[in-house]
Amino acid sequence: MAVRRRGAATYETDRVWIRGTGSVVGPKEGQGPLKDHFDRVWPDEQNGHPSWEKAEQALLAEAYEEALKKAETAWNGIDMVIGGDLLDQIVTTNFSAREHQRPLAGLFSACATFTEGLGLASMLLSGGGLDQVMVSAASHHQAAERQFRFPLELGYQRTPTAAWTATAAGAVVMATKPGPLRIESVTLGRVVDMGGKDPNDMGSAMAPAAFDTIQQHLTDTGQSPEDFDAIFTGDLGDFGVKVLRRYAKDKHLDLSAVLDDCGRSLYDAQQQDTHNGGSGPGCSASVFAGPLARRLVQGDFRRLLLVATGALFSPTTYQQGETIPCIAHAVAVVREEAFR
Amino acid sequence: MDSDKQQYQQMTQEMMPKRPVLRNAVIAFVVGGLICVVGQGVQGFFMHQGMTTKEASAPTAVVMIGLGALLTGLGWYDRIVKHSGMGGTLPITGFANSMVAPAMEFRTEGLVMGVGARLFTVAGPVLVYGMTAAMVVGALRWLITGVA
Repeated sequence: MAVRRRGAATYETDRVWIRGTGSVVGPKEGQGPLKDHFDRVWPDEQNGHPSWEKAEQALLAEAYEEALKKAETAWNGIDMVIGGDLLDQIVTTNFSAREHQRPLAGLFSACATFTEGLGLASMLLSGGGLDQVMVSAASHHQAAERQFRFPLELGYQRTPTAAWTATAAGAVVMATKPGPLRIESVTLGRVVDMGGKDPNDMGSAMAPAAFDTIQQHLTDTGQSPEDFDAIFTGDLGDFGVKVLRRYAKDKHLDLSAVLDDCGRSLYDAQQQDTHNGGSGPGCSASVFAGPLARRLVQGDFRRLLLVATGALFSPTTYQQGETIPCIAHAVAVVREEAFR
Repeated sequence: MDSDKQQYQQMTQEMMPKRPVLRNAVIAFVVGGLICVVGQGVQGFFMHQGMTTKEASAPTAVVMIGLGALLTGLGWYDRIVKHSGMGGTLPITGFANSMVAPAMEFRTEGLVMGVGARLFTVAGPVLVYGMTAAMVVGALRWLITGVA
């Protein structure tokens, strides 16, 4: 077992598999185009919990439960939990750890948290010493709204490029024991800031970061976009994907045949009035742990590059007029043919 | 590098989906107008009860604020503003919405640090600059006309 470095920022991992995935989403996500592919859909956003923050914790706990069930393991078989969320002091992930009592490494890279977790877990497992690691990310629409935007019932108009924070949680059990999906390699991104300032347009702010990481991954591994059946970015949304396509094309990288986006896939923008599409750490986590993992297992895709994207700003920094630094981390996931 | 950023910002501005400004303005005009018609009706009612125009304005404001608060509580006012923008925000019903929404939202943080402290998060700037503007205009009127 070892981690092999390829190029400047990519690490090839050895003998790391995904054994089970759990995805739990809110009602709006459960009415979207991917509705049949999640493990659980909540009937309402609160689901009986007294606050939005507690609801987010419960959402994550349910995703953990599903992932453990599918991986046919229990908490005592998990050596470490790596995860994060969007709330201040990553309270969702930290507070949930009161229950599971496993060693915890909390992460924050906004909506890129899930692939950061997958990447770090892959490298740790590949390095030896650990057998099973739980990776998670969660977000809740109402909890994020009150932290980043306005009270729920306040009337205001969203701009066409505004993102809709998803009520969603995704968790995966990764192990050194074979499973249906294998992690092939990981590229950790660097912060890219192209001067975007508008928190209602995170898609175009994050697109260059996604480009930087995708190009790095392809260069380091000597691949072209067509070597993947799909490249899914995290939550660039409708506008962000358009910008990324054009930006990449200008830099002589044609992504049009394989590029798609978790946030854009999560809702029907016309019917559900979600403008640019879904965002939040739970967006890429649940879309991977539900629909994408399923499509890989079913054989629709054989090789997938998941590139979750994060806008690393806070309400304070944009009120002070700072630009938005962005990051993207990429993980190559392949279907394990030998496992069947 | 900076010209790279400039070029990128220019590209995204060109590609940016256009806001339906004209449609928004028309809806804002109609909805804002309708709210004013309702207000006029309420004022008419009080005047019908024998109040003068000046006397009727205070109870009219109270009724309209009550209506705005009620619609916020029912979860409807945010939908009205979503479609009508300033048409729903500018009338006094919108002011009620900006007070009631945080009051509902921050109940979970308690009556003091939640509702009490956050009640004016949205309405605060409106009050500060509204009163400042009123004082400036009032001072100007006094300087020009001599009427306080």
